[in-house]
Amino acid sequence: MLDTLLRCAAALVVFLTFPLIIGQTEHKVMAHMQGRLGPMYAGGFHGWAQLVADGVKFVQKEDIVPAEADRRVFQLAPAVSLLPYLFVLIVIPVGPNGFVGQAMDAGLFFVLAVTGIGVIGKLMAGWASANKFSLLGGLRTAAQLMSYELPMVLAAASVAMAAGTLSLPGIVDAFHWWWIPWQALGAFVFFTAGLAELQRPPFDMPVADSEIIFGAYTEYTGIRFAFFLLSEYAGILVISALTAVLFLGGWHGPMHDQLGWLWTILKTFALAFVVIWLRVTYPRLREDQLMRFAWTGLIPLALLQLALTGVVKVAIS
Amino acid sequence: MSALLATAGSLDPAARSFLSPTGVEIVFLLVGLAVLGSAVVAVTTKQLVHAALWLVVALGGLAIEFLLLTAEFLAWVQVLIYLGSVVVLVLFGLMLTKAPIGRSPDADSGNRWVALGVALAAAGTLVTLVVDAFRSSWVDLGAGGGSAAVTGESLFRHWVLPFEALSVLLLAALVGAIVLSRTNGGRLPKPRAGKLRAGKPVGSKPAATPVQPQAQTHAQTQES
Repeated sequence: MLDTLLRCAAALVVFLTFPLIIGQTEHKVMAHMQGRLGPMYAGGFHGWAQLVADGVKFVQKEDIVPAEADRRVFQLAPAVSLLPYLFVLIVIPVGPNGFVGQAMDAGLFFVLAVTGIGVIGKLMAGWASANKFSLLGGLRTAAQLMSYELPMVLAAASVAMAAGTLSLPGIVDAFHWWWIPWQALGAFVFFTAGLAELQRPPFDMPVADSEIIFGAYTEYTGIRFAFFLLSEYAGILVISALTAVLFLGGWHGPMHDQLGWLWTILKTFALAFVVIWLRVTYPRLREDQLMRFAWTGLIPLALLQLALTGVVKVAIS
Repeated sequence: MSALLATAGSLDPAARSFLSPTGVEIVFLLVGLAVLGSAVVAVTTKQLVHAALWLVVALGGLAIEFLLLTAEFLAWVQVLIYLGSVVVLVLFGLMLTKAPIGRSPDADSGNRWVALGVALAAAGTLVTLVVDAFRSSWVDLGAGGGSAAVTGESLFRHWVLPFEALSVLLLAALVGAIVLSRTNGGRLPKPRAGKLRAGKPVGSKPAATPVQPQAQTHAQTQES
């Protein structure tokens, strides 16, 4: 029992710190890549205190609920979209020999099922705000998340098929180096669809701050808005960690018995860096392009990967 | 989950009695009451979107019941399909059509007594049937009894034929949906760069064009 509590507490600590580290990295990477001077002042060296300043700003802002809004639903929405990521973190394996919050038999399935809950939070936010932009943003978000969930599940199914198990530690255990070329297509589909699930640029049409003014989050202020942002960064962490675990071999690397956890974290942060990089360098996709990309681009690719996995699996067995 | 079950109470035969329920049984009953309560609220509330959100609570509670019965895989299927997809589609539909914030005066149906009668009759039949069938039988709830491996094995060994038959049903529904969406309106114009297609929501059939008028209705009801 104590062991279980400790593991849950560790997952909570990771949940509270890692997204902030990713946020800080995003500030700095964007500042360097785009030559932005803004985030480079606070605190002196490289503007290290920018995130702290942001946090203080969010906390001291007034928490406003519009008069016409559906109060309770409006206030609950940030929690509904944030909490699934916390639950997901519990089952992601960090190192070998049980270095995981809770090894679950159907871990991969659990992850995909629980991340799907977040969309309800966004729909709640969009509808309860009593605002046209929010409603449109919420509907676009829901449409996008539903569309991109399919290629994501198919790509994940391909790895599960290759490993012959749904358990995340089991999948990493079964990993061989040649899985990287074998599952490369699936990795691309999974990572891209995951990016779209987070509504990060270039897939951020639903929240586009210049077209529909932050979509479902238009009416949110202060700490509740910060929760939505936090759920985005926790989402980056989850998607990067999942891609690292499923397609890049998780803890596999030199001396993985002692340093397994380090390899997982390094791979995760490398992928998180790619997420930030894509945000800085790619233009936003238009709504119809975005949908077409999912249905005519990613899904056929995911099906192709699934067929390839099946053929190779039969051939080597 | 197995740790949760182990801490919740003893499951060996000696401890089985209706008068001294185990922790799992108590939790099961409590969650069941919560599910019943939220289901009742879901059909009685006059706020349409709230009804859908209470449905989320009820279906999530059902997932917890599956977990308590050690059917882990089934629980996550419940979450993925019902919470992640079906309820979202329901919410989506409600928001696209009519979902004012606050009460909808026309949310009442004249059939409510008939509906109540049918619901009670169905519940009565099911409860009688289940009680009659399992009155004196105990099911061993060992951890892992409903894991993905066990579920998959029984599904594809003993229940392959029903599974395949259901797949054909789904295929028929899929083909039907494609046919329906293709009937009216031959070839659709291809979108040109820099020009949005007016009034055609991507990924849905052309017949569903009244998106924008309805969105306006929604906005008007908010203002009134």
